[in-house]
Amino acid sequence: MAQLNMVQAINQALSQEMARDDRVLLLGEDVGRDGGVFRVTEGLLERFGRERVLDTPLCESGIMGAAIGMAAYGLRPVLEIQFLGFTYSAFEQLFAHAARLRSRSRGRYSCPLVVRTPYGGGIKAPELHEESTEALFCQIPGLKVVVPSGPYVAKGLLLAALRDPDPVLFLEPTRLYRLLREEVPEEEYLVELGRARVARPGSSVTVVAWGSMLERVLKAVEGYDAEVLDLLTLNPFDSEAIIKSVQKTGRLVIVHEAAKTCGFGAEIAATVAEEAILHLRAPILRVTAPDVPVPLAKLIDHYLPDGQQIRSALDQVLQY
Amino acid sequence: MPEVLLAEYQIKRLEVLNEKGEADPELLPDLSEAQMWRLYELMLLARIFDERAVALQREGRIGTYPPIRGQEAAQVGSAFALTQKDWLFPSFREMGAHLTLGYPIPQLLQYWGGDERAQKVPPELNIFPFCVAVGSQIPHAAGAALAARYRRDPVAVVTYFGDGATSKGDFHEAMNLAGVFNLPLVFICQNNQWAISIPLKGQTASATLAQKAVAYGFEGVQVDGNDVFAVYRATRQAVEKARNGAGPTFIECLTYRMADHTTADDAGRYRSSEEVSFWAARDPILRLERFLEGRGLWSPEKREEVAAQATAIVDAGVAAMEASAPPAAGELFDEVLATLSPRQAGQRKVR
Repeated sequence: MAQLNMVQAINQALSQEMARDDRVLLLGEDVGRDGGVFRVTEGLLERFGRERVLDTPLCESGIMGAAIGMAAYGLRPVLEIQFLGFTYSAFEQLFAHAARLRSRSRGRYSCPLVVRTPYGGGIKAPELHEESTEALFCQIPGLKVVVPSGPYVAKGLLLAALRDPDPVLFLEPTRLYRLLREEVPEEEYLVELGRARVARPGSSVTVVAWGSMLERVLKAVEGYDAEVLDLLTLNPFDSEAIIKSVQKTGRLVIVHEAAKTCGFGAEIAATVAEEAILHLRAPILRVTAPDVPVPLAKLIDHYLPDGQQIRSALDQVLQY
Repeated sequence: MPEVLLAEYQIKRLEVLNEKGEADPELLPDLSEAQMWRLYELMLLARIFDERAVALQREGRIGTYPPIRGQEAAQVGSAFALTQKDWLFPSFREMGAHLTLGYPIPQLLQYWGGDERAQKVPPELNIFPFCVAVGSQIPHAAGAALAARYRRDPVAVVTYFGDGATSKGDFHEAMNLAGVFNLPLVFICQNNQWAISIPLKGQTASATLAQKAVAYGFEGVQVDGNDVFAVYRATRQAVEKARNGAGPTFIECLTYRMADHTTADDAGRYRSSEEVSFWAARDPILRLERFLEGRGLWSPEKREEVAAQATAIVDAGVAAMEASAPPAAGELFDEVLATLSPRQAGQRKVR
């Protein structure tokens, strides 16, 4: 089995699905000749030709809208937006149309498109290149939000997203693109959307994380009897897995790199408060970025949650 | 070094039928008398439907409604050049196009009555749901045109929007995509000269809207939007061009919104009655009647007959709309996703 990084695993998933299904087309800025700004689509233009891999003009709203029209027509477009921060100009298309088309047309049309976009901080990139505003997209009924945390799940989740009948926002943690290598089977496999994964079993505290924070959490919890859940899909999220783990451990720490207020951790905390409060032996704690704009490189280490903050939260709930 | 002239452009305006109802025989489209009469029936149907919808809103039987009065030629004439296989991406003020393509009248009224089930477009039509967010439907048409070409389908993709939409980014992004990819796409702008209270000159400094196409590298033409033959002729040419792979066209139908923006608006606050009267005298239906009369086809009695038929059709539509049972609470959840999440399924169960 080959050791692949996340870029290679995603590339393999795209390539395999394009070979299997002629409805799958790629479009985006620089996805063709250049292979994408992170080279995720490298080689696909050469393999599938200009009809299947479209280098578009620089217009995020326009290409998001075009992908919606393609999906409604019966294709399965995969749109790359170069950075999550550039989806903001396409937000109306995603919110008002992609997520609502099935509902608004009462099932006459559907919108099976995948929007892939790198997200998250810590890559020394310019402004708006390191956003982690995933929660904004989780309040859009009709849109699924998926965040892989490594090469293996990235391939399986992307194949599942590509076969999903509804629109999926696929957030690729940029910091992990080439950081981790894992064994990735050459053959196709699906990682089911909407299911969390126990990344590390434990019994005294549950830690929920996703995306690039998972790697940081797994390092931080060494020496603790912590159960780490990798959420993988934020909407719909696997509340059952979280409740089940909290019922066992009685303690919950949520770690995300987005700002705290109305971050996705709030939804998880509220759900556990509603459904499992009597199992809790300590307050639910969130380890998050502060409520400030994502800074540039010189301040990013003061912004992103670090191992010490995670361990401090663990100590707090364990000693409560 | 001398300055070099890099480009020059011309914008043409197409007129076939003048206000007296006299047609230019060279430009008159190749339509049978039966087809011309059908155009008349559809325009009158659109007018009577529209008047009824406004009345229904006033009576509290439907919700806010955006009248199409004055735009019948621009809508019927353009949609008459389409087939049911073509893809249509409307805004929200093109009910004349829907009626021309055979969209069920009860569903049109049901939508404005606040019932989303009305947007389930019949399977024989490829019409997208009404789009309320101005101009945001235009990129969808670009995507459908890309898909149609990928599938080698000999269809045209048409999108409707108003003058206000030409100020929006999505319009420009879609126009640019159409030019870059040479898409089989027809942009039909209903320039009714008012976007709620903002007149055309508050929307653009361009002399015409048609010229905007020039910047994107394809043909733009202005037509007299109250001249059903001009609209039909220009649309038919553009649609054939699209089907033949010869690229996009922008058609500006210069017309006039004779009524308020919606039933919730009072246009008297921002425009003069003289202006409205000026355009009322240029009513597109009146002009077609004069033409048909000159051909010995039309008389006031014939109008009464056509109006009576249209009224009966609309009456039946209103009755069917009002006879339909209101949606059940479970409809909130239907079709939100192919498969509801466990949380959504739980929320549905308790409603």
